[in-house]
This record gives sequence, structure tokens and C-alpha cells, in this order.
Amino acid sequence: MTTAVPPDEVATATTMEGREEKVVSLWSRLKRLFSFREAGILFVLIALCVILSIVAPRFLTLRNVTNVVRQFSVIAIMSVGMTYVIITAGIDLSVGSIIALSGCMTAWFLVEGYPIWLSVLIGLALGALTGIVNGLLIVKVRLAPFIATLGTMGIARGLVLALTMGYPIQPFPEAFEVIGRGYLGPIPIPVVIMTVVVIAGHIFLSRTTIGRYIYYVGSNPTAARLSGLNVGRILILVYTVAGLLSGLAAVVLVSRLTSAQSNMGTGWELDAIAAVVIGGTSLAGGEGSVLGSLIGAALMGVIKNALILLGVNVYWQSVVIGIVIVLAVALDAWRQSRRPV
Amino acid sequence: MAAEPILEMRGICKSFPGVRALDHVDLTVQRGEVHAIVGENGAGKSTLMKILAGAYTKDEGEILFNGSPVEIYNPLEAQALGIAIIYQEFNLAPHLSAAANIFIGREPRARFLGLIKRRKIREDARRLFEQLGADIDPAEEVGRLSVCCQQITEIARALSMASSALIMDEPTSALPEAEVQMLFDVIRRLKSQGVTILYISHNIDEVFEITDTITVLRDGKRIGTRPAADLDREQVVHMMVGRTIEETERREGVQFGDEVLRVEGLCRDDVLQDISFFLRRGEILGIAGLLGSGRTELLRCLFGADRKTSGKVYVDGHPCDIRHPIDGVRSGMGFMPEDRKQQGLFLGLATRENVTAASLGTVARFGLVNRLAERGMVDGYIKSLDIRVSSQEQKAVNLSGGNQQKVVLARWLALRPKVLLLDDPTRGIDVGARAAIHDLIVSLADQGVGIVFVSSELPEVLKISDRILAIADGQIMGEFTHDEATQEKIMLCATGAAVRS
Repeated sequence: MTTAVPPDEVATATTMEGREEKVVSLWSRLKRLFSFREAGILFVLIALCVILSIVAPRFLTLRNVTNVVRQFSVIAIMSVGMTYVIITAGIDLSVGSIIALSGCMTAWFLVEGYPIWLSVLIGLALGALTGIVNGLLIVKVRLAPFIATLGTMGIARGLVLALTMGYPIQPFPEAFEVIGRGYLGPIPIPVVIMTVVVIAGHIFLSRTTIGRYIYYVGSNPTAARLSGLNVGRILILVYTVAGLLSGLAAVVLVSRLTSAQSNMGTGWELDAIAAVVIGGTSLAGGEGSVLGSLIGAALMGVIKNALILLGVNVYWQSVVIGIVIVLAVALDAWRQSRRPV
Repeated sequence: MAAEPILEMRGICKSFPGVRALDHVDLTVQRGEVHAIVGENGAGKSTLMKILAGAYTKDEGEILFNGSPVEIYNPLEAQALGIAIIYQEFNLAPHLSAAANIFIGREPRARFLGLIKRRKIREDARRLFEQLGADIDPAEEVGRLSVCCQQITEIARALSMASSALIMDEPTSALPEAEVQMLFDVIRRLKSQGVTILYISHNIDEVFEITDTITVLRDGKRIGTRPAADLDREQVVHMMVGRTIEETERREGVQFGDEVLRVEGLCRDDVLQDISFFLRRGEILGIAGLLGSGRTELLRCLFGADRKTSGKVYVDGHPCDIRHPIDGVRSGMGFMPEDRKQQGLFLGLATRENVTAASLGTVARFGLVNRLAERGMVDGYIKSLDIRVSSQEQKAVNLSGGNQQKVVLARWLALRPKVLLLDDPTRGIDVGARAAIHDLIVSLADQGVGIVFVSSELPEVLKISDRILAIADGQIMGEFTHDEATQEKIMLCATGAAVRS
């Protein structure tokens, strides 16, 4: 979050009246604009899009771009919550299972005839509840985040399987499908939701006191505690947010599909983590940004799209994404090592 | 005709991103001498020595060893020349024996199956310890040895790898006073055997005691090299810092305010027993005690970092139930931990964020941080505490020790505490910054803050405290006013004898 912004190069210039005025050179202004931490990965994304639009002309059509953005919006929403978790030097492996749990429960309530708002609320609540359980396991029972969320991952998935007995849940009322398939003007509603979540998530993290506390906890939990911060409460909060946003992602996902299945979201926790890591957040904690994770999710979405447009075998997607993750983390490690300690 | 120096470094330059660590440094070391490299933190002493030991490579300059030019690209090449370095932080495997540690990675192996020759290792280790004059059992588990013996094990290892020149980086920083002499005996012995020793330190008194020649570095440049006999303390400090330091004097005839802190019968398991004392506004209460005496535990308990088992604490006359640092902060206390890097600082975050960590709420409205107000507040502390930073955004990890400590201090000042608990605030900080911190502490007391000040350095405690408590084994052994206190009396209490002043 803290950008190593070089101080503006200040020059003194004499105005027409002969008074000395401090003028910030245009060059240093430009330098500042592009030195923010997400600049690197944003550049990669833009470069990729440019190359793609030349190599595969279908890329830059409105229809394709809309599809791509709508596709990665679900992961993007999840990755906002995951960003919070990873900044605290934790990890949440249960978000994929939460997709299934929240998605199937919302679907079940819809099919049983309950009002849409209630069904959606239940999906969100279940996500948040799982997050709270994660938080409590980590703070009160003192389990390592990896272990705790690995456990809830299995439990949540198991609950869904028990509930659905493996059968898909369908059909949904038409009104519900607006969420996933509707548009606000030219923009798909999932994209609108993603934008709202990303903006809100970013502002909360970078501008509020609690957002700043999250960084403190990730950077040095001992020092945070000794500075009078309630570390436990902050940790429970981040996992709750991760769970809640996964619940939201589930609702968006389910409303685009015709049925809810118990295997939804399998492996998606890794996609969310990948988006966050590619976006520049360090797994060691203490730094990172929501905007970076959005770029990471977008990059993954564009890569997947590129592979499809270029007619590459779908199974190569995982290979390419894997390579991108390794490169992103290696780049981050290299940046860290250049610090004079 | 002067004997040829064993080592000559000429025009050494080294830069790291954003920092010029060494600027054309020359160094000439005579064979068999104990040569001190002295300077403030950040002066470049460790960097220079690491280049010699092969841990870093120089950007420019040349090195002559025994008259011939050499290039040292890695530690193995340095060892091949006979140069080894002993780092400040030990690299010992605590569960292995001393002998095993000495030969780690270089164990002599039998031809049969390449098995390790345990007996040879023990014998060689025994011989090394004899050479050093140390009474250490080579078979003893290193984790069980005293800190000094661990250090001697490190020295033995270095000696077994290279016996021409040994570089010691702040060797006494981890040693309690009693064991420093043991180390000095070893150094004298090595010297008599013709080993050249390079001794990095910022402790000037030690340097005068044990070394022959002193080289002073400041800001990456060599300021001067003279025989220790030709220099006195003030001159060395002047060279290190570039100006004369005025030692902080304890204030005379100060009127203290009302009682701001009262502790009655504080107990914590078997670590603290029945601690009672009081503190007045504007008073500096020094707590003197050896390592493990309970002095850190006392401060932590008061602040809420650890839970007390029983006892009462009153702040400004109100009883306070303090179970968590949040309570401590709410009661008006601030706490600077002993280990600022691990417990006090957010190293990866900016200076600004470090300063406002405890007081963010004061520059926020409705939960939103007011960046302008925050920057203004931090600017104020940077000026008033004279914190040297290139900008507020500079990461805390890049600050020198003294400035880091000031940042932690600023964090608590932002809350306007009634009581400040300082645990060894000048640890690892060099002379120049130390005096600055003492000044700050005294001026805070002048403004009415009650200060509890823990330190293991008696001269420091004596200098600025108004009253001194001696603690040992978790109990208060004695209480002295500034006038009554002497080093001997306090030491007596701190080593376990209860004294009524």
C-alpha cells in the first residue's frame, strides 16, 4: 500500500513579477504517476491487451470485452476479500467451498419459493458465518490459517454434498437471473457489482482506520498488539469479509447459471489467491492493494481469453496461469531483495 | 623500518540502492595487532569488514593481503587467505555439541562409507579451546552454554577456518558485563599467538581497554586512524559524531507533581513477586537489574502486555484493571519494548504509518483517515524529535537505530501519555543518538510525564534517574534517591542482597 513515492523534484522559478515560485517539474509529476506499486502489473496487462488486439482481432470487440470482464468479475469479487486476508499474512482456502455452500443454499431457498432478497441474504450470511468460524478458529483456538481454512473448506463442501445429495438445484425464478444476466446500460450487472465491491474494498482498506490496522497486523502482529490494537478482532473481521464476499460472488455466479451444483467453485480459492499474488500483494503480509488484485484477476481473465481466441487447448490454461503466478512471485521476491536492509 | 602491514585496503567504495555505504575508505592493519573499527550505526564499519570477509563485493578499490593484491569474491576465498569473521548474531546449532558446531560442514570423514570421525572432531575442538584458554567441554550441547562460551565456540570455529586475521563484529553486544573480561582474555591470548584481530564496536570504553589502534569511520568515510594510546574518549566521540556531545545532566531541584502511578503487591506467577512502588508526575524512576531479573516483565505487566496474577495498579489515583495493551493505552500509559525491531516497529511500513499506529483515531473522522492532518502531526514529531528521514514515506527498516527508536517514542507521545514505560531505550544505539534520547526523556519529564526507565547500563540509569529501584529475581531489592545511589550499592542489590537505603 505504501508507495515508495520519490519526493517531487522542486525547482525554483522566477515568475514574471520576479517573485520566486516553486515549480514541480512535469517530468517528476509523470514519474510520480507511474511509480505507484500497481504500475508494473498494469503495464503488463495493457501490453497484453494491445498485443492481443493485433494478433486476434476478435479480442477488441464490445461483445468479447464484455464477456471477458463479466467472466473474471466473480473471481475479482472473491479476490478483494482474499486481499484483506493475505495482507494479514494469512490465507483462506475455504472460499471455493463457500461458493458452493452459499450458492446452493441460495438456490435451494429460491426453488422452495422464498423471496429473492431473503435467499440472497441467506447466501451472504452463510458466507460471512463461515468467515467468522475461520476467524474464531484462528484467533481463539490459535490454528494456523492454512489449517483452519483447510478444515472449513472440507466441512463446507461436505455440507453442500450432504444437502444436495449431488443433485443440481433448479430452476430459478426469472427475476433472480437479472443479477447475473442483466445489464445496466451496456454494462453487465456482475461487472457493476464487481466495480462497487472493488471501489468500496479499496477505499476501506486504504482510507479508513480499520483498513490501516489490517496493514499493521500483517506487518507485525506483536507490535500491533503492543500499540493497543485489537489484533484478534481485526483478524476475525478480515476472514468474515473474505467469506461474505465469497457469498456475494456465489450469488452472482449462480444467477448466471441455470442450476446450482455442489461442485461449484472447486479450486477457485487458488484462482483468488493467484489474482492477489499477481497483483503484487506479498504472502508475507503487510503490503498489497485491492486494485492490484483487480488487475491480477483481469490479467488472468485476459490470458484465458487469449488462449481461447488463439485456439489453444483449454488444458494449457492451467499451465500458463501457473507460469504467470511463478513469474509474478519471482518478480516480487526480486523487488524485496533489492531493499537495502 | 616498519614491518609490512598484514592488510591494506585502498579506496574502497560500496553502494547499495539509495545508500553510499563506503566512500574511498583506506585501512592499514599491522600484523598481530588488535585494530578497532569504530563509528556510529550506519558509518560503514560492518560493510567494510564484510567486504574483507567476502560477504560483500567491493564496487571499487583494492585489497592487499601480506603485500599482494587479492580479490575476495566469497567467504571461502577469504578463508583461504586466512580471514574469517565472527558475526554479532551467532550462527550456532543449539542442539549440537560445541565440537560439532565448530566443524559444521567441514567434518573430517573416514574413508569407510564417509562416516564422520567423531573422536577427531572432539580432539580438535579440545585443542582449539585450549589454545583459546577456555574451559569448555567440547561435548556439551551448545544451547546449554552461557552466551560467552557460545561466543568462544564461534571464535574457535573461525580460528579453525582461518588463523591469520579474525574480524569480530560487536562481540560484546550480547555479553553481560561479567563475561566481557573472559572474552578479552581470549583476545589477548590470540594476540600473543600472532593472530591479527579487527574489532568492530561502538562501545568506546571497551575499545580503549583492549585495542591497540583505532580507526574511526563516519558516514562511509574514514575520519582517522591513531594508536589508542594517543587518543582519549572525547576525541574519539568527536571523530565519530563530528561534534562534541554534551552529556545529559540530571535536573536539579525539580518539583514533582502528584502521584501518577501506584503499584501495590504486583505478582505474576513466579516471575514477579509483591512489587510495590509509586511514581510522581515529572519524575524519572530508573529500574536497574540484570538480565532475567524481571525488569522487562514488570513493565509488560504494568502495560497489560502480560497478565498479572494479583496486585493493584492505580493511575492518577484511579484503580485500573489492565489485562491487555488496549487497557494500558486507555489508562494513559505508553510502552517502548526492549526489542524495537521485533516488537516495536512495522519495518515494512512507512515512518508516517509507524508514528500514527497508536493514535490513528485522533487524525480520523467517522473512521476515515485525514491524510493532511496525519502528515501534519507526523511532521511535527519529526521536527520536535529531530528524526532524520528523507521523507515521511521512508520505510522504517531503512532508518538507523536511533531514529527508529525516536519513531517509536513519537508513537507514544502522540497519545500524550501520563506514564511512559521505557525498556532499555538506548540498546544498540550509538553515542550521538543516545545523548539525544536522554535529552528527550528529560524534557518529557519536565513536561510532567512520569517515566519508568529500565536499563542494564548502570551509568545511564544513574545519570538521568531521579530515583532508582534495584530489582532481582522479580523482587524489589532496594530503592535509592539520585543522591544516595552509587554503582556499588545498586549492583549489590541487583545481585540479590536486599538493602534498606
